[in-house]
Amino acid sequence: MTPTPDTLSQSGDRGFLDPAVAAPGLFGWIFSTDHKRIGLLYLYSVTAFFIVGVLLGLLIRLELIAPGETIVGAQTYNALFTLHGVVMIFLFIIPGIPGAFGNLVLPIQIGAGDVAFPRLNLLSWWLYAVGALLALGSLFSGGGPPDTGWTFYVPFSVQTTTNVSLAVFAVFLIGFSSILTGLNFITTIHRLRAPGMGWGRLPLFIWSLYSTAWVQILATPILGITLVIVLLERLLGTGLFDPARGGDPIMFQHLFWIYSHPAVYIMVLPAMGVVSDIIPVFSRKPAFGYWAIAFSGIAIAAAGSLVWGHHMFTSGMSDMAVLVFSLLTFIVAIPSAVKVFNWVATLYKGAISLDPPMLFALTFVFLFAVGGLSGLILGSAGTDVHVHDTHFVVGHFHYVMFGGTGMAFFAAMHYWLPKFYGRMYNKRIATFAWALMFVGFNVLYFTMKLVGLKGMPRRYYDYVSEFHTLNLISTVGSWVLGLGLLILFVNLFRGLMRGEPAGPNPWGGASLEWTVPSPPPVENFPEPPRVTHGPYDFREAGIL
Amino acid sequence: MPHPETPHIVGYGTFIAVWVLLLALTAGTVAVSKIELGVLHVWAALAIASVKSALVIAFFMHMKYETRLFRVCLFATLATLAIFIGFTFFDVLYR
Amino acid sequence: MSETPHRDDLGARFGMWLFLFTELLLFGGLFILYAVYLARHPEAFARAGKELSLPFGTVNTVVLLTSSLLVALSVSALQRGSRRLCLWLLAGTILSAALFMVNKYFEWSAKIHHGIYPGSPEMAGRETGEGVFFSLYYVTTGLHGVHVVVGALLLGWVFVLVKNGRVDSGNHVLLENAALYWHLVDLIWIFIFPLYYLIL
Repeated sequence: MTPTPDTLSQSGDRGFLDPAVAAPGLFGWIFSTDHKRIGLLYLYSVTAFFIVGVLLGLLIRLELIAPGETIVGAQTYNALFTLHGVVMIFLFIIPGIPGAFGNLVLPIQIGAGDVAFPRLNLLSWWLYAVGALLALGSLFSGGGPPDTGWTFYVPFSVQTTTNVSLAVFAVFLIGFSSILTGLNFITTIHRLRAPGMGWGRLPLFIWSLYSTAWVQILATPILGITLVIVLLERLLGTGLFDPARGGDPIMFQHLFWIYSHPAVYIMVLPAMGVVSDIIPVFSRKPAFGYWAIAFSGIAIAAAGSLVWGHHMFTSGMSDMAVLVFSLLTFIVAIPSAVKVFNWVATLYKGAISLDPPMLFALTFVFLFAVGGLSGLILGSAGTDVHVHDTHFVVGHFHYVMFGGTGMAFFAAMHYWLPKFYGRMYNKRIATFAWALMFVGFNVLYFTMKLVGLKGMPRRYYDYVSEFHTLNLISTVGSWVLGLGLLILFVNLFRGLMRGEPAGPNPWGGASLEWTVPSPPPVENFPEPPRVTHGPYDFREAGIL
Repeated sequence: MPHPETPHIVGYGTFIAVWVLLLALTAGTVAVSKIELGVLHVWAALAIASVKSALVIAFFMHMKYETRLFRVCLFATLATLAIFIGFTFFDVLYR
Repeated sequence: MSETPHRDDLGARFGMWLFLFTELLLFGGLFILYAVYLARHPEAFARAGKELSLPFGTVNTVVLLTSSLLVALSVSALQRGSRRLCLWLLAGTILSAALFMVNKYFEWSAKIHHGIYPGSPEMAGRETGEGVFFSLYYVTTGLHGVHVVVGALLLGWVFVLVKNGRVDSGNHVLLENAALYWHLVDLIWIFIFPLYYLIL
């Protein structure tokens, strides 16, 4: 690592974290338009809700540790998995990497002082925060927590007396937050790149945020209107999904999945971007196939908008639709595979160091690949008919969303947070936490796929005794995973608050964020940097 | 850094001409709707509405004077919407 | 960074267009439903469509097209430095918005007075396709009406900014963006009008 003349971070200057640069106390945070503070606001909120989601998940697994009613009855169980899904998907995974790390890193990586619309950025977070509080409020108000599953299928979501109305309104607000983030990022990337930062010199994380932002813009409004209609169905009896009144309940599913399938790419594309940034640094090699990785993200975003019907093979839609959507689903696998091949090729003959960011990034590649393969079984209509609505599906999406995006989120935390707090955590303990999580994760979710193949349905609080052993093992896996998570968070917290100064470039990265002090100053750069090399040109950057 | 641009000022006459055209097309779409076209009348209505929209977008909304990026993005949006509607009909048309 | 405050008019317009794209998709969802249900209930849609008031619909179309003209002219006016003309044109646009909403009020009242609204006994006695038509009609024109009000408020705010000089011939992207939003409101109606009033 090249020593830099910058000693500010070592001498205790807290950069943008310095209380002197912002309004006093809480106001300096919740009314700040500094992308770095907004990024941390997102980080704290999504992490808090992740923990809530984990606790809900642990409760679900506790209920399923044995057949029959273990700790909760059917109604409560329905509320538990509904809330687990709503919290994890809308309050953690979708906003997570873009909101926290997109905000923290994007402007600095392109050499800008902030995003294009800083006040809109703050509004994004406020919409998220209010939406999140309202979503939690649905737990305690009206007819009690929603019990429809996070997918809010009609007719049940229109008829149930639980507080679906407040919950869908909350999700609407969070969707609006997501849209504004996407709008901001697209404009920022187009308009605010520093001199010399051509599209071909952008870090791959930026490319992934760009693809994601387009999906946020184009898909999220469909969710918005769908939720509005559900609200109007409940409040005004519009009957648009009611077959007795000429409506079609399958139309709800179409509208819902037109958003919610692209939404999984909102979840995974930024994660892939994190991985694409980390692997070159910890292989001391430029990314293999830079343009392939960049454009495959655009391809995933585009192709991912064509396949929503694969969630509906058993819904009663036409055989023609089943055929078309199944066929198209196989196409989406191709650009994803392109990325995996390029990551592996980047590793080949690289000087690999298995620091925590790299461990989590490699874990992403492995677990996402496993999850993606099980996605092919689901995408093929013939096999899907047997596993739809079983725990096979639950196992599949936890592999890609948790083993995928979740692990990438942890990778991003371990990679970039030392930059923004200026301090380093204990890498040994982080590695130990990772190991626990890896074991616990696979025990928890692989058994789920097995029991799903055997026929255990999802969203049931009870099951036949022949599924008992696998469920028991799965629940124990959840405890190991939970323990690993606990150690991870405690270690990060202690390290980032009180660890050794990290210095501006602890990992030897060549992208712009590693050229500024840790923590960065409010304005990021004293003057716009002139970019003369690519994000993984370690030699030109003077790192190698 | 981007510097302030000199805006292209559209003449009042251009706007008024477009407005007259829009009114004419409105009269046209009402007239066409009275003709017995069967199932084609939806497509006729959509075609005329598309022409009207194109005029509003190109002139009133200045799209004609913006860079190509704006048009590409608009096209991508409309293509996406078309796909959402079209693919839904793979289901609805074949039940 | 640099001392001069960051200003990027093209970026601001681009951001507004991105927002308009989301609005197109938002209403797009309702048009997806319309397309499907029209295919499902063609005769019921035609029958129900005849009950909508063609005069009201046509007048409202003309009102919105004219309002778009006025706001477009207001931008050119300000660019030429004609502040007072700009203000008059903006006022005209807002007045048109009000006129539109008044028409809408009369239209809706008349329908509701005749028992035509979602879930009414009158609708229960009719063919289901007509119920779908009218539910879609209310939801779509209702959502559109919300956007008319929001657009008018936006224009009102810009009116104040032009009046006190915060928006002027050298710095008017806020006016352009408010106008863009208003044109979107017009665009959506350009499709609502034939699909609901002219399906005969």
